[in-house]
Amino acid sequence: MILSQLPALQVTLPLIAAPLCLLVRSGRAAWGIALFASAASFAVAVLLLSRVLDQGTLSYEFGGWAAPWGIEYRVDIVNVFVLFVVTAITTVVLFFANDSVRKEVDASRQSLFYTVWLLCLTGLVGLVMTGDAFNLFVFLEISSLSSYVLIAFGKDRRALTASYQYLVMGTIGATFVLIGVGLLYMMTGTLNMADLADRLPAVMATRTVRAALAFLVVGISLKLALFPLHLWLPNAYAFAPSAVTAFLAATATKVAFYVLLRFLFTVFGVTFAFEAMPLGIILAVLGAAAILSTSAVAIFQDDIKRMLAYSSVAQIGYMVLGLSMASVAGLTASILHLFNHALMKGGLFLALGCMAYRLGSVRLGALAGAGYRMPWTMGAFLVGGLSLIGIPLTAGFLSKWYLVQAALGQGWWPVLVVVIVGSLLAVVYVWRVVEMAYLRRPNDSDASAVREAPLSLLLPTWFLIGANLYFGIHTRLSVGIAGKAAAVLMGQSQ
Amino acid sequence: MRDNPVLRVVTKIIVPVIFLFALYVQFHGDYGPGGGFQAGVIFAAGLILYGLIFGTESIRCLISTRFLRALIAAGLLLFASVGFLPLLMGWNYLDYDALGQNPLSGQHLGIFLVELGVGITVAAVMVTIFVAFAGRRDS
Amino acid sequence: MNVFGLYNYWIVIFLMMTGFYVVISSGNLVKKIVGLSLFQASVFILYISLGKITGGTVPILREGITLYSNPLPHVLILTAIVVGVSTTALGLALVVRIKEAYDTVEEDEIHQQDESL
Repeated sequence: MILSQLPALQVTLPLIAAPLCLLVRSGRAAWGIALFASAASFAVAVLLLSRVLDQGTLSYEFGGWAAPWGIEYRVDIVNVFVLFVVTAITTVVLFFANDSVRKEVDASRQSLFYTVWLLCLTGLVGLVMTGDAFNLFVFLEISSLSSYVLIAFGKDRRALTASYQYLVMGTIGATFVLIGVGLLYMMTGTLNMADLADRLPAVMATRTVRAALAFLVVGISLKLALFPLHLWLPNAYAFAPSAVTAFLAATATKVAFYVLLRFLFTVFGVTFAFEAMPLGIILAVLGAAAILSTSAVAIFQDDIKRMLAYSSVAQIGYMVLGLSMASVAGLTASILHLFNHALMKGGLFLALGCMAYRLGSVRLGALAGAGYRMPWTMGAFLVGGLSLIGIPLTAGFLSKWYLVQAALGQGWWPVLVVVIVGSLLAVVYVWRVVEMAYLRRPNDSDASAVREAPLSLLLPTWFLIGANLYFGIHTRLSVGIAGKAAAVLMGQSQ
Repeated sequence: MRDNPVLRVVTKIIVPVIFLFALYVQFHGDYGPGGGFQAGVIFAAGLILYGLIFGTESIRCLISTRFLRALIAAGLLLFASVGFLPLLMGWNYLDYDALGQNPLSGQHLGIFLVELGVGITVAAVMVTIFVAFAGRRDS
Repeated sequence: MNVFGLYNYWIVIFLMMTGFYVVISSGNLVKKIVGLSLFQASVFILYISLGKITGGTVPILREGITLYSNPLPHVLILTAIVVGVSTTALGLALVVRIKEAYDTVEEDEIHQQDESL
């Protein structure tokens, strides 16, 4: 009986835990509640994953109202995989958060911090689960509003301006999504995604539907930080608390990417989005531009957090490039990269969190000689960096390999060039950090007290970094599910 | 503004009426136009008017920030846990048919409790926003 | 059917562009929030005008009436208004803290202070 209620539990567990966090006074108790809720929702996600693999798509009707009228949650192989990633990342990062947050956030505001964290998790999970276009907008705003707050928790006053900038751009994006959903409702009279997919072909040729597609794509791209709409991201990631950066970098953009997949492939369908409208070429060009330009910009950053933030925009470029091919192979590469990128950026930002914990700064200059003082932290960064570049035997290699294969299968050979140049640029920016950490002598005067980060921070970091290696070698789970998800996305629309 | 006798007297007369109207909107929301959102905002408007005339510290005397925060959490918890009740009885989340002898009374009870939760949270959030902004310089 | 027959859309477009312009052109953080609210309000009107059905009445069940307006867009927009209020409140709260940290709410002055670091 309880198994059939899993989709409801997935969203309501973090939602109920959030006000409980608000009620307790101590930061540590709030952290305990948040960790428990995340771990529980991870368990639910794992159960859902196994059920979906067994039985196929699950549907859940809220309040017992039947599908096109009530709000339906639809869990298929695509979103259950994203759910798995999101809940796993939040659980691991929360383990890390306890010590890191105690150092970076005032004691009096820690319980508020975890409340907002759980609300953000609720929003992200709901965004992934829902099968209702308007419900999606509501969850989008829940997750966005709480992530603005999380970013503003940063110590630097520039965190405030970064959060403000994100708020303005994020609200414009979300309002565009709202307009798109409204235009679709205007033409079809329904908000349920599956129902929309059934009814849209009849009105496909109208200007209203085309406008809806444009509004939705631009609105979601703003949340996704697709080049050139990524301007909010570098500052937001650079000035947020370390744990928040790791959480958002590994989940928020991934969820936005999932929403884009859902709208393009399930709601509008491949034929409309990629044949009647020239979305394929637009997204391919923007994806390639993202990879080349933001990787190049990343090289010139002195703040490593900012550097990795720019690299995130480039990685989103790889995902969008795979999507733009509109083929099973391309989508497999995209979804695989979504998973792998969550692992590597999560791990890398956690390693940066360890450095910030001991060194108090993540500027390049502060790292001189850190390779000898914090061998485990820098080791984690190094392995994560190799995965980011795409060295064989790491997870990052696999997704790039699949991407190149998919591109060559379609005769898109320029993609090969873009991926190679992008990887070389990644070598350069990872090398700058490695050089500073291993080849420079530390300036002894101020850094003599620097020790290895505590175990409570290192363990979660190495857990994610280890996952990079594991999924670089054992590919059955990640590639298998990504392939199935891609087939579902393509199959539904044909 | 508390020196102006007209404002003071009118506020003292009008605030109880606002509260009464808020309660009316709250508890009629399940049959007529109204509900938790509107009632919460009206209730908060009464408190905010009181705060505008007599100063934010007078609201703080009445309700502490800590208590307001607890109210926000309590309203949301009430809302969410009412949804959980049917789930424990083997129905879907938010399916209030489970709460009564027949679907009508079940839905009635469910929506009544949910609206109560919404009302409490909305009123507390509105007052919190007002106190946070207007009382910023005092703290 | 003339261009002004769909006057509700003209109002929506006018409001939307006004709000958008204020967000982009104004350097004052408070004015940007005002523009953002206007931008959102235009979408509320878009939705609400969707619900109107020619000849339809208030959607409350009564005898002798068969044609009702569509209440669903109103319900949706009630949610969107709540979202809009929260966004405005959060934006203004950020502006208050920016003012405390930088002692100004003008964008170019904030940039100047950040660059001089």
